[in-house]
Amino acid sequence: MDNVELLSRIQFAFTIAFHYIYPPLSIGLGVCLVVMEGLYLKTKDKVYEELTRFWVRIFALIFGIGVATGIVMEFEFGTNWAVYSRYVGDIFGSALAAEGIFAFALESAFLGVLLFGWNRVSPRVHFMATVLVALGSIFSALWIVVANSWQQTPSGYRIEGEGMQARAIVTNFWDMVLNPSSLERYSHVLIGALLSGSFLVLSVSAWYILKKNYTAHAQAAFRIALWVAGIAALGQLFTGHKSAEVVTKYQPAKLATMEGHFEKSAPADMYLVGWVNANEQKTTGLKIPGGLSFLVHQDFKAPIHGLNSFKPEDRPTAINFVFQTYHLMVAIGMTLIGLTWFGLYMLYRKKLFETRWLMQLFVWAVLLPQIANQVGWYTAEVGRQPWVVYGLLRTSDALSQAVKAEHVLASLILFTLVYVLLLGLFLYLLNKKIQHGLDVANNGETSSRMNPSFLPMIE
Amino acid sequence: MDTVLGIDLPTWWFLLIGALISGYGILDGFDLGAGALHLFFRKEQSRRIALNAIGPVWDGNEVWLVIGAGALFAAFPLVYGTILSVFYLPFILFLVALIFRAISIEFRSKEPMRWWHQLWDVSYCISSIMISLLLGLVLGNLIQGLPLNARHEFVGRLRDFFNPYAGLIAITVVSLFMMHGAMYLLMKTEDRLYARLTIIANNTSKFFILCFIATSNATLIYVPHMTSIFKSHPELFVLPMAAVLIVLNIRRSIEKRQYRRGFISSSITTALLLILFAMGLYPNLVLSNIDPKGNISIYEAASSDSSLRTMLLFAAIGMPLVATYTVFMFWTFRGKVKLEEHSY
Repeated sequence: MDNVELLSRIQFAFTIAFHYIYPPLSIGLGVCLVVMEGLYLKTKDKVYEELTRFWVRIFALIFGIGVATGIVMEFEFGTNWAVYSRYVGDIFGSALAAEGIFAFALESAFLGVLLFGWNRVSPRVHFMATVLVALGSIFSALWIVVANSWQQTPSGYRIEGEGMQARAIVTNFWDMVLNPSSLERYSHVLIGALLSGSFLVLSVSAWYILKKNYTAHAQAAFRIALWVAGIAALGQLFTGHKSAEVVTKYQPAKLATMEGHFEKSAPADMYLVGWVNANEQKTTGLKIPGGLSFLVHQDFKAPIHGLNSFKPEDRPTAINFVFQTYHLMVAIGMTLIGLTWFGLYMLYRKKLFETRWLMQLFVWAVLLPQIANQVGWYTAEVGRQPWVVYGLLRTSDALSQAVKAEHVLASLILFTLVYVLLLGLFLYLLNKKIQHGLDVANNGETSSRMNPSFLPMIE
Repeated sequence: MDTVLGIDLPTWWFLLIGALISGYGILDGFDLGAGALHLFFRKEQSRRIALNAIGPVWDGNEVWLVIGAGALFAAFPLVYGTILSVFYLPFILFLVALIFRAISIEFRSKEPMRWWHQLWDVSYCISSIMISLLLGLVLGNLIQGLPLNARHEFVGRLRDFFNPYAGLIAITVVSLFMMHGAMYLLMKTEDRLYARLTIIANNTSKFFILCFIATSNATLIYVPHMTSIFKSHPELFVLPMAAVLIVLNIRRSIEKRQYRRGFISSSITTALLLILFAMGLYPNLVLSNIDPKGNISIYEAASSDSSLRTMLLFAAIGMPLVATYTVFMFWTFRGKVKLEEHSY
């Protein structure tokens, strides 16, 4: 790996990992905002209005950083990966342009109304703006995941030209969009986003409940977010399984890497935790013998392709890394199901808000979906190496020819400095907004005229 | 070759991307101009009003950049990769400046301290100027052509980008945006800030006209290939003439205090200057200044016909939508800026 490749890969991974903190938060939070403001319109209850206004301010902060760091990604394809850009422009470029025109324009235009339109448009139009911003961010994710999924499981194309002049041409647009992994990966990403947004609401609300501030507001928000999170966490089990099936079928080398499975063709175990020694081709840990075979083929004895089935140059190199990130994601997924459904059970028992240790757990649980999203993305992207377009274009062939290593290094240092500053400011301001709290007429201590029949709860 | 309404697909995309870039220049142009002027406003109140004049719309304006770049990626991937990788560092700085502009607007109002406001005011102003300068620098070099060999490979050095002509274009872009921004702010402000802006509009328009004259002459003398089209099609000479008249009309509008008219004129100026650039370029997208074989034409760079056709359908559906959102956004926030609880 030469320096330009290494540095460009680090830069891309770093900038996208940083960017990927924010859009999932704003997608999930957007959905929670729609529910909150919708309840306000329906019940005319002040609590929901004040909640909406509070969360809109946090949404603006998250959205702003998401947009600022997202534009970087779009340009990086051209600056660092010019050969790649030419190779996939027909396809990836189309999806990216569609994202801009059908999704990003929608969210950005109505964001202005959402943030500044309170006194300029009627409550109904404001609610419509909230819905459109949320929809826009959901469509955005759709096109971006479609573009990424095509790289994982290309279809609906043919290759034209040879060597460095080769490029992929769309032959069937809908085959390209609905490639074998699009829907599975999109639903998985979208639910990950719902979890990350709803857990932010849960965390902040739990903190207020512990502090006995804005109790009525915090409990209302907690219920909304707990339902969103509970349903999403269960859904993630399903989409996660579906995604694994797609990986098994279309990216067998990635699957073998995820479970640290080396033998050419043998039943594969499923590990709960483990460690991969790639040099000795050995994986040790707590496992269900034949578990992967069973999961994939419903047969504990069914053989699965191991890494040795693939040419050495076609295998991912960071095997233990992919193994660990994948297993961490799964473990967090399971934890989230347990946490949310235990929370719903306690809500049903009417003990939820009095159980302090559980509230404390929810305050910190905000980190879990974030970590799961990050490591899930590492699994998908590092596991696909050495291909940038699976089976078609190697990452090492995708680089810009005109770019020098020292320029990439300079830009990497610059982005690192800027992003560290950005993260510091983000956390500082987020914390400040949370400390400042809601602007409420009666400090939220006295109960409002909430009509329980409209609340999404089982009390 | 595939045509739609008698125009071939790559040409359609050349026109569309030109329209998107013009849209970006007009819309974000006034945001950037307002930012570049920001430190000229002394009072906290004035700065807040100026910031809130673009507050609800700047994000929507920046979308035109995102769509324009996405369209260039999709329709002419070879050019997308070439331009962005050749101008690697300028574009990286451009992105960093875009980040700083965004967070300056977003973060300024979040703390009450005076030094905090000062810090983000300076960051906002400098990043707005940087964005305009870098766009101008890239544009200036594209007008002159890049050192591309017959295989479209870049054989130049970074320091070649910093030449007097590109510098002049960069300053012209800043002056154009500053004038444009002043005109926009005049439509959104009242009282003392308005009075101050009338002076700023007057000065920036004079500054722009000086730049405009210098740029026109420099282009005629040093970059003759940009004007060769008028020798073969003398009737097109009406466009530069129109540009001159529109620029004169800006002065006239300022003297008559018709700032809405002035704003429309500076919008048209932005578009016309880009049209003149596009006419000098067509049917190429990137010119080589060392070997005519190095030119990248729209036909060489274009994606497949089927992709261009699908995308054209998307544009036909999507562009009216984007235009509608833009109009809705400006309509919602029409009139003079009033500071309220949600303001920055």
